[in-house]
Amino acid sequence: MADADSSIKKREVVYRHSGAVRVTHWVNVIALLVLLMSGLQIFNAHPALYLGSKSNFDDPVMSMRPMKQGEQVVGVTTIAGWKIETTGIFGVAYDEAGDYQVRGFPWSVTLPGHRDLATGRRWHFFFAWLFVINGMAYLIYSLVSGHLRRDLAPGTSELKHIGASIREHIRLKFPQGEEAKRYNVLQKLAYLLVALILLPLMLLTGLAMSPGMDAGYPFLLDMFGGRQSARTIHFIAASGIVLFVVVHLVMVLITGVWNNLRSMITGRYVIKVPEGQS
Amino acid sequence: MSAKAKLDRRGFLTRSIAIASTALLGGCDGELSEQPWVKRILDKAETLTRVTQRAIIPANALAREYSEADISKDFKANGSTGVDDDTYRALAANGFADWKLTVGGLVETPLELTLAELRAMPSRAQITRHDCVEGWSCIGKWTGVPLKALLDKAGLKPSARYIVFYCADDLAETGDDDGKYYESVGLEDAFHPQTILAYEMNGAALPIPHGAPLRLRVERQLGYKMAKYVMGIKAVENVAGIRGGRGGFWEDRGYEWYAGI
Repeated sequence: MADADSSIKKREVVYRHSGAVRVTHWVNVIALLVLLMSGLQIFNAHPALYLGSKSNFDDPVMSMRPMKQGEQVVGVTTIAGWKIETTGIFGVAYDEAGDYQVRGFPWSVTLPGHRDLATGRRWHFFFAWLFVINGMAYLIYSLVSGHLRRDLAPGTSELKHIGASIREHIRLKFPQGEEAKRYNVLQKLAYLLVALILLPLMLLTGLAMSPGMDAGYPFLLDMFGGRQSARTIHFIAASGIVLFVVVHLVMVLITGVWNNLRSMITGRYVIKVPEGQS
Repeated sequence: MSAKAKLDRRGFLTRSIAIASTALLGGCDGELSEQPWVKRILDKAETLTRVTQRAIIPANALAREYSEADISKDFKANGSTGVDDDTYRALAANGFADWKLTVGGLVETPLELTLAELRAMPSRAQITRHDCVEGWSCIGKWTGVPLKALLDKAGLKPSARYIVFYCADDLAETGDDDGKYYESVGLEDAFHPQTILAYEMNGAALPIPHGAPLRLRVERQLGYKMAKYVMGIKAVENVAGIRGGRGGFWEDRGYEWYAGI
């Protein structure tokens, strides 16, 4: 975005992201994309979520299923007792010939792109390992190098000014100059929420669905209130990550797509500082 | 860390990135999943999962057992819910009084046991959670003879490594043995205290939709391991020569042999 007074500002190139952050970021992008798509394939094998240890088939907290509406079969999505017709998107889809198919999410967003639970599981668990190895490498690096303390942990004064930061974000006014060299407080909190809470939660709820792990580590079941609750939380946390990615991509777009992309590929980020400030 | 381990990890990362980028370029269609080299690479994770879980889960760790109040009111019967052949129908009509379980293969004493003889053996009852590969769970009470008791009675030969379960149901509807259900477990699971051959469910004779007269329970793995309509058991050295060669009906159709996750 070119601004009117850019003539009085000087470009300064800063080294924003270390090699470890850049590599783990992109490995994570790939792993999470495959995990999401294969996860939807697995979800489609039984597109309903429950609370507790077992599935009360009559009382799911969320489901995508076919229902009769007069002569017509429609797709109905139920969330906490609240029903919405979602024919063509969730539950039931019709093809050009007028035949319908029962399914959860559209096959265009699953991996593989047609019903194949066995292969979906293979993709999911392979990339789950990649995600875990990559995530461990990132966390160890962040702790040892000081990335976590220096770049991500918000200070008390930052937390006090969170209201001001929220107001600036709403007006799409983002830090410039010196301020842009650091993550702002909302950015720090969003990254911490994802890296330290949502992503580890994905792993733990995933493991809580493993009958083998449940035998060895029954606290996994107690932590989440049973295997079916763990499956529901796995789905909600995944939705949270999707939401984060959407906001993240929007922010990348409006704060300068090339500058942001370059900084995550080469590490170099350009900031504009008023003449004489640096 | 040894140089080899480092190389292996780097290889793993490189291969993962290779497949993922191809997936993106290929528009994530099913074609990629059909590539033999992709299958081969994805298969590696199964070994990694099995070896890791075997290492970190104590061999005798028990699956959680629940209370009577937790038992599912409608336990879903999945896969085959009956056996469509005259021999089975005749056995069922007679309450399986003429049915016999055969125990053979690499054993010292091959056995043929009636339901009454199985019921006279030591028994175990357990209320456990059944986790289907599709994602749902049901809780039921199973009573049966521990597989260990049977194997001890028959006496395993030292070369035996797997126990194979041959079932009556022709799930693939091929009309011959190739389409019939079968499963296999390794010795760790075969001798696990909760691995039983159940003849009762929720305190009554095992119903036909749930595998009468006898079904396997392997409580630390997914539902497809728990073969129904078990007719015979065989101890073998490896499963490569049996039907599809991957150790089970669903395994031959792409599912993992180790179903602990």
